[in-house]
Amino acid sequence: MSPSSEALQAIRLTVELATLTTIILLVIATPIAWWLSCTSSRWRAPISALVTLPLVLPPSVLGFYLLVAMGPDGPLGRLTLSLGWGTLSFTFTGLLIGSIIFSLPFAVQPIQHAFESVGQRPMEVAATLRARPLDAFFSVALPLARPGLITAAILSFAHTVGEFGVVLMIGGNIPGKTRVVSTQIYGHVEAMEYAQAHWLAGGMVLLSFAVLLALSLMKRRLGRVMP
Amino acid sequence: MKPWMLGVFMAGLFATSAQAAEVSVAVAANFTAPMQRISAAFEQDTGHKATLAFGSTGKFYAQIKNGAPFQVLLSADDETPARLEREGLSVSGTRFTYAIGKLVLWSRQPGLVDDKGDVLRTGKFERIALADPKLAPYGAAAVEVLNGLGLMSALAPKFVQGENIAQTYQFVATGNAELGFVAMSQVFAEGKLTQGSAWMIPASRHAPIRQDAVVLSPGKDNAAAAALMAYLRNDKARAIIRSFGYDL
Repeated sequence: MSPSSEALQAIRLTVELATLTTIILLVIATPIAWWLSCTSSRWRAPISALVTLPLVLPPSVLGFYLLVAMGPDGPLGRLTLSLGWGTLSFTFTGLLIGSIIFSLPFAVQPIQHAFESVGQRPMEVAATLRARPLDAFFSVALPLARPGLITAAILSFAHTVGEFGVVLMIGGNIPGKTRVVSTQIYGHVEAMEYAQAHWLAGGMVLLSFAVLLALSLMKRRLGRVMP
Repeated sequence: MKPWMLGVFMAGLFATSAQAAEVSVAVAANFTAPMQRISAAFEQDTGHKATLAFGSTGKFYAQIKNGAPFQVLLSADDETPARLEREGLSVSGTRFTYAIGKLVLWSRQPGLVDDKGDVLRTGKFERIALADPKLAPYGAAAVEVLNGLGLMSALAPKFVQGENIAQTYQFVATGNAELGFVAMSQVFAEGKLTQGSAWMIPASRHAPIRQDAVVLSPGKDNAAAAALMAYLRNDKARAIIRSFGYDL
């Protein structure tokens, strides 16, 4: 038995979602991680806790709050309705927002640890060479933190592929829009279509294994710079 | 003395004379509220204890097939218990219909849904929720209704599907979908609509949503399992089931 067009559609959508989530997360998480790694503000602890929260919360809690927030009475829903965009639940954009929040700690933490292990010293040296802070950040700190960025990208991608609870809560199972691999597998199992479920589930196991293998090989190659 | 009182009396006698037993029950999500009431009454009247697990029938099937220790299944359909019997995973001859589900088209907005369902034709909504017809009998019934009205292809682009009927209700109750096909038991209490507007879909528009109960193999010699099956048929339990918007 080979994968159906439904399965291929779900795979394409999952890859699309995970790729976009990863790109956006790298852009958002890098400044947050930088700030967390060098600030001594009293807001550091609460912000750090907030960023880590999605790691601890059950996806069903996160999904339920997202559903309520995106609904016509929720803060997000009111905003998008007033802008004439409609509500975000059951849309790809809504799913993307959910995934970004869900995977945020997986992006922030490795980057933050990389910045912390690089330390402030290289930036100070750059400053004595008259590099402006932004310039030094892009030409010194960021390249030195590259292993952390790579880990963040891989983890964000993999975590989004494995996302299930949030998608189930805000997705509405629309083919080609919100039906990703994990919810497709769940549907197959529930419908007692175990053959199709095995196909996709086996693929997921292989993909996850490949990602983790790549990660640990890279870790070894890059040595101690890795967080 | 009504027959059920005799039954309860006998069961009471039995409970005091024999050891009170425990039965582990897998309950379809849509039957959560009535089953909590029934099991409380069951425990009080018989002295047996019922441990309840709530979830979707498909998931229970997968678990039972893989050795889950449930002793009774209250399914959301009649196919799964029949299938379990064919596969030798249940005690044959114990299957019966404990409730017949009723489908309603419901919105939390008052006045959106009329009592003939004409709102489906005017189509003045962005999203309509239904349970996944592949997974949930209520979803399959909704599709049957829409096919009967000839509106299936017109409305399909507006579908959002809940994994089960509880989630479908959640989509409508939070306003993320303006209206949806839900179980009457979810929006009715004491014979009245709890909020919003609804179309009570005539039972003739879809095949009956029969919910069957069955004793599973691990419950074969369990006195509490047999007592629960008997209890579900008595007038007291049936009155509770009806009060939650099921037919019998």
